[in-house]
Amino acid sequence: MTPELPAGMTAAIEVNDLTVAYRDQPVLWDIDLAVPAGVLMAIVGPNGAGKTTLIKAILGLVRPAAGEIAIHGRPYDEQRRLIGYVPQRGSVDWDFPTTVLDVVMMGRYGTLGWFRRPGRTERTLAVQALEHVGMAEFAERQISQLSGGQQQRVFLARALVQDAAIYFMDEPFQGVDAKTERAIVDLLQELRAQGKTVVVVHHDLQSVPEYFDWVMLLNVRRIAAGPVGEVFTDENLRITYGGRVPFIAAVAGHAPEEPAARRVASR
Amino acid sequence: MSLSIALRDLLLDPTLRTVSLGSAALGVVSGGLGAFAVLRKQSLLGDAISHAALPGIALAFLLTGSKDPLVLVLGAAAAGWLGTLLVMAIVRQTRIKEDTALGLVLSVFFGVGLMLLTFLQHRPDAAQAGLDRFLFGQAATMLQRDVAIIVWLGVGAYAVALFFWKEIKLLAFDPEFGASLGIPMRAVDVVLTSVLVIAVVVGLQTVGVVLMAAMIVAPGAAARQWTDRLGVMVVLSGAFGATAGVAGAVLSATGANLPTGPMIVLCLTAIAIASLTLAPNRGLVWAWVRQRRSRRQLRVEATLLDLYAMAAQHEDPGHAHSSRALAALGRGDVPRTLEQLAARGHTRHLGADQWALTQEGRAEARRLLDEQRVGGGGDDA
Repeated sequence: MTPELPAGMTAAIEVNDLTVAYRDQPVLWDIDLAVPAGVLMAIVGPNGAGKTTLIKAILGLVRPAAGEIAIHGRPYDEQRRLIGYVPQRGSVDWDFPTTVLDVVMMGRYGTLGWFRRPGRTERTLAVQALEHVGMAEFAERQISQLSGGQQQRVFLARALVQDAAIYFMDEPFQGVDAKTERAIVDLLQELRAQGKTVVVVHHDLQSVPEYFDWVMLLNVRRIAAGPVGEVFTDENLRITYGGRVPFIAAVAGHAPEEPAARRVASR
Repeated sequence: MSLSIALRDLLLDPTLRTVSLGSAALGVVSGGLGAFAVLRKQSLLGDAISHAALPGIALAFLLTGSKDPLVLVLGAAAAGWLGTLLVMAIVRQTRIKEDTALGLVLSVFFGVGLMLLTFLQHRPDAAQAGLDRFLFGQAATMLQRDVAIIVWLGVGAYAVALFFWKEIKLLAFDPEFGASLGIPMRAVDVVLTSVLVIAVVVGLQTVGVVLMAAMIVAPGAAARQWTDRLGVMVVLSGAFGATAGVAGAVLSATGANLPTGPMIVLCLTAIAIASLTLAPNRGLVWAWVRQRRSRRQLRVEATLLDLYAMAAQHEDPGHAHSSRALAALGRGDVPRTLEQLAARGHTRHLGADQWALTQEGRAEARRLLDEQRVGGGGDDA
């Protein structure tokens, strides 16, 4: 069964007993998850933990062996218009012969329907989205001329024109410069301020408490999920990463209070 | 027949005109639509379709007893289509990877096709004569009806590609994102594959099963070199295909019965090689020129800084040094580099192999040093 959410929160995403297997190998095992509407959630876990697969299963891109998924209480197929998706930047060929604006307009293809070409409306929306991520002057640029951070921002702009209520982003911070990282964080906060739900596959444990308010720790099984302050603990991280926690535990959610207080006192 | 006679016949001789027209049409169809296969990195698919089509041709004849080109082309299309669907199914249902699946289907279908052709040739009636031209292609027998079939099938395939333009673009660029939008990407894949099947089978009679893959791949690969727009690439790719088609048809009419298919493919190869080397930005020649230019620029800057550093050891900032002193620092080609610096007004030649920085040269050196400090970042901040 879906874990209970704190009182007063409604679930944007519900995952029940989800199991995904490649061949005979389980990639996700019996996952239960409820993501409340309006949170900014990180999915963390070691390599091969199934983070990307979880997102893809929710999006219907990977067929689960078992389990159910509901978006705002209804099956994904009926709720597709509510979803925005930012795949991993490396999943596409950036040497494809097309422009930045063209890629961003792809975010509207779902609402356009068959046979209709993107027109002025789509173009306007795409330009606005590019302005939003600070890429307006790159609209006519061939996509192979972009840096990694710029590519990531183009993908974000494409998700923005989807005008979704729930966003899934697969490692948006992967290999981007500090400026782009800041821009993405600002954008995430802005989306949350608009009441949107954002789920981000994330690698950098250090920045979880700073960037996110909700977190899921995943390693094939669900280790924990909930508010960062409650579940992002030494203990949970140790279980998730099998004892090899790849960063200093003092930075984690609940532990730092003491040293932080000492630092303030000594000033 | 010499080339000038062939070119005159292109205008006057109805046979050569028909052959050229047909070759041009099939170049437009297979070249333009083949661009999508290139972009999807499915270059082998064209080869698989054409080889898989062979048993279809033989079976179509065996079942109907007709050598009507439309019947044979439809048989080829059916078998080619079946072959590619089989490839997709193998990839999805088994652990076999796409390249292996393509190789499997290609060779099995082609083998069956060869067997059927041999079987047909041993039949007493002579009706089967000429089916083997599908192996290496033959343009000389092309009739107006053949041209009409190429044109109409091509128009149909282009219309489908145009209708599903944005879906095909998604399929080629980011199929998972397309699927997340709710677009049935697998169906789009089947549509595009069907379009490619048409692009392949229209050329089988002229170019032949064995060489048809080149008609699909080479124009697209060449066109990609010249443009960064998908639409332009498809148009250009079709134009390259048409050019090679006509050139190949004319050339094969000049020589001692040179086969058309190989001539067309040779013309295409020439276009592809020219594009790979000469195209601006992406061409090898330009890459080489760019590299040379930046290497020379680096050498010039390094020599300028050497002179600056050496002069700084003396009271006089304009202190002159010999090119041999600079060469001792390990820079190559010092005399020519100094001439280049002099041409920019950065150095002065004081005679007898003595070189000094001018005021502009010193300013430039200081600018470069500043730039390096900013670019190097951090350690002296």
